[in-house]
Amino acid sequence: MSTTVESSTRRKSVQRWGGLALAAAAWWVLYSANQPFWDWLIGSVVGLDLTSRLGSGVHFFFYDSIKIILLLAGIIFLVTVLRSFMSVERTRALLGGKREGIGNVLAAGLGVVTPFCSCSAVPAFIGFVASGIPLGVTMSFLIASPLVNEVAIALLLGLFGVGPTLMYVGAGLVIAIVAGFVIGKLKLERHVEPFVFETKLRGKVIDSSTDLTWDDRIQMGIEEVASILRKIWPYLLVGIGLGAAIHGWAPEDFFATYAGADNPFAVLVAVLVGVPLYSNAAGILPLVDALYAKGLPMGTLLAFMMATVALSLPEMILLRRVLKPKLIAVFVSVTAVGIIAVGYLFNAVL
Amino acid sequence: MNIKILGSGCANCVNLEKAAKQAASELGIDATFEKVTDFADIASYNIMRTPGLVVDEQVIVSGRVPTARQVKELLAPLVG
Repeated sequence: MSTTVESSTRRKSVQRWGGLALAAAAWWVLYSANQPFWDWLIGSVVGLDLTSRLGSGVHFFFYDSIKIILLLAGIIFLVTVLRSFMSVERTRALLGGKREGIGNVLAAGLGVVTPFCSCSAVPAFIGFVASGIPLGVTMSFLIASPLVNEVAIALLLGLFGVGPTLMYVGAGLVIAIVAGFVIGKLKLERHVEPFVFETKLRGKVIDSSTDLTWDDRIQMGIEEVASILRKIWPYLLVGIGLGAAIHGWAPEDFFATYAGADNPFAVLVAVLVGVPLYSNAAGILPLVDALYAKGLPMGTLLAFMMATVALSLPEMILLRRVLKPKLIAVFVSVTAVGIIAVGYLFNAVL
Repeated sequence: MNIKILGSGCANCVNLEKAAKQAASELGIDATFEKVTDFADIASYNIMRTPGLVVDEQVIVSGRVPTARQVKELLAPLVG
């Protein structure tokens, strides 16, 4: 009896890891074949000149769409499986009793690795603050979480390589730490809706990261890939479409002239445009990619992207349930100032 | 049995409610369903990710949408 149980567990595990290895191999083949395939199809079969406006625009659209979707699927899957070992509940326990300062650093770091969607920002905010975690530390978590997200990391890595990706992650962490610290120092607790402090947390905490098998975690990874791709594909197509248009049609030095490195207001304008703009990394990065190719400096582009993903109107409307307008205004301005500073810094050192 | 669905009207909450109703009817449980959409009430259950499933004031699921079969497994031991 025990041997049949054993052999069936072994068979299951061979199926699971074998299936994963096959999927990884298929992914790699598709990723490597992507460029030669479109070169061949659009260049030889359709017969467009790949250096012409139309040819390069069409090629950019198809090649980039497939490349970005492959990157997203691969990285979201990996990140989801790894993150399934963490949870907001565990993060809150880790932050409990931490002073400001070290608490902000820890909160920003945990904001990156904790599985979290900004749709849960409100219950998480209440859960943190009502359990005694300082307001500034909570804000560090809430800023880092959307700012340094797996979609942005996947795309930066694929489109720009390791260097800019690390810069982005580092800058995002610093902004979240400093902004949260400043908000804590400003003593804005009276601008939190009073019911938050009055909320009594009862019942035992359910930690969703424990009691999961490898099959559960892999299943979660697959579902997350499907659900994120379902959610972001319109943004992605619009972003890639705009990117393709810029790629093929925008005059070579148009953007560089108006928003290039020698325009001192470029970063400021990029952030002011990015804050109200509601998109996600998937919609912004193809655009960033095309603009970078047209000579815009990396600092300006990263600042634009950060402003778009970190601060959005829908999230502010959600947070209005727990934060009074003045605190929301402080939150937006402190974060925006941090992003602007990072943009100028990158433009200066790169 | 009193079953509460915690969440502010997102798609996940609707799916969770469907799964819970199916599970309850398959188990033949006579359950009353209630939706909790107020954030203060949701948070008071010590839930930080929606949706949540609360059975007789006990949180049994938070932050994910289980399948009807999984809800059934969770509910079965609570019938008594």
